[in-house]
Amino acid sequence: MPKITIDDIELEVEAGLTVLQACELAGKEIPRFCFHERLSVAGNCRMCLVEMERAPKPIASCAMPVGDGMVIRTDTDLVKKAREGVMEFLLINHPLDCPICDQGGECDLQDQAVGYGYDRSRFGESKRAVDDKNLGPLVKTIMTRCIHCTRCVRFATEVAGVPELGATGRGEHMEIGTYVEKALTSELSGNMIDLCPVGALTSKPYAFMARSWELSKTESIDVMDALGANIRVDARGPGVMRILPRNNDDVNEEWLSDKGRFANDGLARQRLDKPYVRKDGKLAPVSWDQAFAAIAGRLDGMDGAKFAALAGDLVDTEAMAALKDLMAALGSNNIDCRQDGASIGEGARAGHLFNSTIAGIDEADAILIIGSNPRWEAPVLNARIRKRYLEGGLSIGVIGEALELTYRYEHLGAGTDALAAITDGTSPFAGVLKDASKPMIILAAGAVARPDGAAVLAAARAIAESSGAVRDGWNGFNMLHSRAARVGGIEVGFLPGASGLGTNAILDGAASGAIEAVYLLGADEIDMSRLGDAFVIYQGHHGDAGAHRADVILPGAAYTEKNATYVNTEGRAQRAQLATFPPGDAREDWAIIRALSAVLGKTLPYDTLSDLREKMTMANPVFGAIDDIIRADWGTFGEAGALSSDDFNSEIENYYITDPISRASETMARCISEILQGSAPRTGTDG
Amino acid sequence: MSDVTQPESFEFSPEFRDAADAFIAKYPKGRHESAVMPLLDLAQRQHDGWLPRAAMDYVAEYLAMPPIRVYEVATFYTMYNLEPVGKNHVQVCTNLPCWLRGSDGIVEACKRTLGVEFGGTTEDGLFTLSEMECLGACVNAPMMQINDDYYEDLDPTSAESILTELRLGETPKTGSQIGRKSCEPSSGLTSLTEMDGEG
Repeated sequence: MPKITIDDIELEVEAGLTVLQACELAGKEIPRFCFHERLSVAGNCRMCLVEMERAPKPIASCAMPVGDGMVIRTDTDLVKKAREGVMEFLLINHPLDCPICDQGGECDLQDQAVGYGYDRSRFGESKRAVDDKNLGPLVKTIMTRCIHCTRCVRFATEVAGVPELGATGRGEHMEIGTYVEKALTSELSGNMIDLCPVGALTSKPYAFMARSWELSKTESIDVMDALGANIRVDARGPGVMRILPRNNDDVNEEWLSDKGRFANDGLARQRLDKPYVRKDGKLAPVSWDQAFAAIAGRLDGMDGAKFAALAGDLVDTEAMAALKDLMAALGSNNIDCRQDGASIGEGARAGHLFNSTIAGIDEADAILIIGSNPRWEAPVLNARIRKRYLEGGLSIGVIGEALELTYRYEHLGAGTDALAAITDGTSPFAGVLKDASKPMIILAAGAVARPDGAAVLAAARAIAESSGAVRDGWNGFNMLHSRAARVGGIEVGFLPGASGLGTNAILDGAASGAIEAVYLLGADEIDMSRLGDAFVIYQGHHGDAGAHRADVILPGAAYTEKNATYVNTEGRAQRAQLATFPPGDAREDWAIIRALSAVLGKTLPYDTLSDLREKMTMANPVFGAIDDIIRADWGTFGEAGALSSDDFNSEIENYYITDPISRASETMARCISEILQGSAPRTGTDG
Repeated sequence: MSDVTQPESFEFSPEFRDAADAFIAKYPKGRHESAVMPLLDLAQRQHDGWLPRAAMDYVAEYLAMPPIRVYEVATFYTMYNLEPVGKNHVQVCTNLPCWLRGSDGIVEACKRTLGVEFGGTTEDGLFTLSEMECLGACVNAPMMQINDDYYEDLDPTSAESILTELRLGETPKTGSQIGRKSCEPSSGLTSLTEMDGEG
């Protein structure tokens, strides 16, 4: 390992690091605009100049690899003067519009100008102005502010895998853009806003909404997909103004999908803020007591077997645990958290988890993707596969739709025959998996949500076993969920109990009249027409499909409005925290169920959230290991059987609307029209 | 981009396709993207001296590279014309050596003869006049380039006669207009033929 001296501090650093990174290790802060740890080195902003012994002039520390015996100085007058020169050049064409710039207060250029800027300009000529570009409904551009660091270009090309941005023209006329005006077709485009060190790329939905210093910041967890991306919720008063990613190398690195970032306006629309009871066919607002009384009146004396509960895709584990306990107390085993009727959660725990872990993708050398569109089901995870792909030496095979996934793969087939070909070894890709030292099989949860789901699951397990994907220290079987609540629900055990009914049986029962009452805990993705004449209790936060069908509505809290635990696709329990209070009379979900239990005369044995969590941890240690993974032992799951000839399709038909929050979001609606349908942006005079 | 009428599609003709494939063959396997510049040049030659967007997209597809990477190259180099040009693209150098040797007069003569300003195209579509940075023929300054040919050692009269000849469909003499060969000294050869530094 090379030895390097930085400002008289001697240290030994890993070979391959840049001088800039070594300086950071030595505790020296180096200003930079173009350098970013997760992007390739560009070396074009020149802000990171440092002095190197025996070099005739300052060097760009971001582009200089460390060498043995280097002597670096970061604090000399020469360094300061050189950086001041760079800063002066950068500011020549940068507008002085900080007061109206959304980046103000969190701008790298602003911050570093304090350290290296001069308090007046020596530039008497005309500043250049650049036309703004339309990059779609999410990223707002004010290109005159651009300092050409090319972070966005590198992000689009390298991480997002959509090489649509570039630098056109030269010299004074260089511009960053797409050249042919079009919306960026990435599900990760919002990250460019974070990467932009100035105010050239800012958030379009957040434009002029708030200043960074007036926001209260709450660390939380994203629920727009099952990745459990770590986020920071920035709120002002009752409104969630924006959502930003937090760094977590094991989960989302520092990226966040566009839905997780921009669907926040859906939190303010279509909200249920009062309990409702249906009277004479119409929903009328009532008090909590009246709503509970209506439920108690209807359930009074009902046989538990005629009562059922379904949990939705955004529900926290505490609420599901409480509802499970309540249903048990009422004598019902008819509970299910799998709205799509997927055949998961019945066998060994490894059968419904992403066992290799997300970080494990970095080590994989062969990946078989079954029935998934990871780009839509988990965009950040897909970027991780792409990152591994770019390193080389990774073979990827896909069974299912042949979609643009941002990396090259071998399309093995669309249906189960391709799956069978891997199982019986006739497909060459079976050999690739066998020869790989760390093979991964990624099975979409959607691929088992079909009548032959259990057989598909068994086939995937057989592939994992026959290809040696499961061995000491490596479990290559992975289920990729796209619904945030699914794994949590399975871990809680929100599944049909002994002789209890599952989703499809509950819906059939409701249609036939065998099930008389159904409790929908945020369940909106089922076919409401199948509920027949059943008495429907809907607890949730949005006036979506479930609320429209409901006979009693209990207003709950959205994920930014409660302290709650979610379990991601890896089985990692993570805590979301209350950033804003639920609107109106809405309450935290577990508390609603606890209150209802008292009215029903089946008082649940916990009065506080910590009591409930303690009970959950006793039942399943996963809930005690927050932010951690308890690895699952291998076992049997799935049920070998005949595979139907149907092709695999991703369970997500439209990335931008998958749940009640994104369906209520105007930003997501704009994404559909401008990105997916490619129509021109609406101006203020439209409609 | 200005509001130029862009053609719907572009495709190499068979002979240009052969030339393109020959260029691609010059680069190692997997490095075919290196051929982007000669291919753009070929496309420009086939398409009346300018590159429409369809041609850039075609080249991108031909080389299996993202279109934006081709746009970056095409917009960076001024020798790719992104807007239609006349049959003769008159490019007058006005950099320092040419300017010292009288390029102002050449520019004035061109503007007068053609009746257009810089960036303009004559109504008959025969000429487009452009101002150029150094074209690397400073020894024979002032100079201008018309399509692929250099016209050097100009004065306003010779510049005007070159343009007139072109307008009449004739082929004017290329290179130095005062009769010297290449960039030999204008006062005749000076070295190695005489001793004692007499010349």
